[in-house]
Amino acid sequence: MNAPLLAASGISKTFAGKGRRVAALDKASISVARGQTLGLVGPSGSGKSTLARILMRLVEPDAGRIDFDGTDLLALSGEALRTTRKRIQMVFQDPLAAFNPRATVAGALADPLRVHGLLGRRQRPAAIAALLERVGLDPGLASRAIHEISGGQRQRVAIARALATRPDLIVLDEAVSALDVSVRGRILELLVELQRKEGIAYVFVSHDLAVVRAIAHSIAIMDAGTIVERGPTPDVVANPQSATGRALVAAVPRLVVGKSD
Amino acid sequence: MSLLRRLLGTPEGAVGTVILCLLVLAALLAPVLFPADPLSIVGPALVPPFTDPSLPLGTDRLGRDVLAGLMHGAGTSLAVGIAAAAMAMIAGSLVGTLAGLAGGLVDEALMRVVDAFQIVPSFLLALAFVSVTGASLPVVITAIALGAWTGPARLARAEVLSIRERDYVAAARVLGMRPLEIAFREVLPNALPPVMALSSVIVAISVLTEAALSFLGLGDPNIVTWGSMIAQGRNVLRSAPFLSILPGIALMLTVLGVYLFSEGLADALARRRSRA
Ligand SMILES: Nc1ncnc2c1ncn2[C@@H]1O[C@H](COP(=O)(O)OP(=O)(O)OP(=O)(O)O)[C@@H](O)[C@H]1O
Ligand SMILES: [Mg+2]
Repeated sequence: MNAPLLAASGISKTFAGKGRRVAALDKASISVARGQTLGLVGPSGSGKSTLARILMRLVEPDAGRIDFDGTDLLALSGEALRTTRKRIQMVFQDPLAAFNPRATVAGALADPLRVHGLLGRRQRPAAIAALLERVGLDPGLASRAIHEISGGQRQRVAIARALATRPDLIVLDEAVSALDVSVRGRILELLVELQRKEGIAYVFVSHDLAVVRAIAHSIAIMDAGTIVERGPTPDVVANPQSATGRALVAAVPRLVVGKSD
Repeated sequence: MSLLRRLLGTPEGAVGTVILCLLVLAALLAPVLFPADPLSIVGPALVPPFTDPSLPLGTDRLGRDVLAGLMHGAGTSLAVGIAAAAMAMIAGSLVGTLAGLAGGLVDEALMRVVDAFQIVPSFLLALAFVSVTGASLPVVITAIALGAWTGPARLARAEVLSIRERDYVAAARVLGMRPLEIAFREVLPNALPPVMALSSVIVAISVLTEAALSFLGLGDPNIVTWGSMIAQGRNVLRSAPFLSILPGIALMLTVLGVYLFSEGLADALARRRSRA
């Protein structure tokens, strides 16, 4: 029973822009173990977001295969895809852009419950309060508009929305990059605690190895649309094999200091 | 409530609102104060204004009460203007939204239809439509809407195209929302407000187009309109200029009122947004 929760292999994607074609992904492969975190790191434009969106079926790849817990994810469509979406959720970089500008906190959290018919209308307020508590927010926030709460609170609501359908995997695309350093630390703590309690696996996308190192069990390094290096976090951080890996490690100040000691 | 207070707080908004309220009041009071058909003859012909207390604004060439005509005409102008604008807004928003959401061939086809309508000057379109189908109130309303729906259609499509790519629409897909629900819950409510902002301009244009059609004798002959009053006054322009001037002033006031009201509303809305 050591099969990974998710295994994507040979994922390629070329965007056809005006006159020129951008090869965003070239035969990229990743795998995510149950209840663990895969950190996906790489410089800007290396294809991290494209890969994340392909995993979410927001973008269709040109080639490749994604196995999610024994099902061929790319073969799903219609109702079957909708049902499977319950098990794979996503948190976006900009928590303000990720919510309907007219939404309230309660409305945003009711969406997943209503869409999947998870609870009757009567039970929803209690479920929404429980979701808010799970991400460390005051249930009294439910009636506020999304644009009225702080960025950190908003990202917690986004995590609560992702938790609502009890997923096995959450893809987080730069989910803490837009937050203050102090808020960032607390959100990372929340993610780690949720994983410990509920066994959720994460694909944690970031361009910042310092952040990824703090949360990921294993790391995949991307450059120009391919995975150039992968391995357990301590190995990759201590002894990067690829040029991109070495550059990323060098960009983390504390690690460089640690080495020269 | 506070929006209304902010609307009245701007000079444009206050003046526009007062003018529009007076017009609505005139339209509502017309059947009460002048229950008789405003096209019926009530006195001698060409009584000048302010000479006979029972006919305060005098009579026209056929002895019809000018004040009664103006007040009944206010109702016609507002009703036609608002109905035509509503029709144009609804049709335009539907077509634009559909084009934006469907994309591909459907989008191509719908936008070529919009182009076709936009190439023909809207007044010519209205003229042609009324002369082919015959003048009646619904026909006049449709004719005006025919030339006015392309603006809202283009804007709705542009809004939908931009909103479609936002993260919150991606988030809705990730949640498993069905396409129709995404269209109605996520895209439309955010795409339509900017389109709605066009409506006051379209009301003003529609009021003018209606007046122009009736001036040319293409309005409903059984209804008093300011356009037809101006047209009839034209024949006695030298001897009784007020017969054309009075409905002309009413028309100008209406368009000015709608314009000022929309400026004030845009101002009030902008201030609400910047406070949020
Ligand atoms: N919808 C699109 N159309 C055309 N090109 C695209 C599209 N999305 C991404 N690309 C291109 O694909 C490449 C990879 O982009 P992607 O957003 O996946 O990078 P990233 O690693 O997430 O970068 P960042 O760290 O800046 O977010 C870039 O060259 C980008 O310009
Ligand atoms: Mg990205």
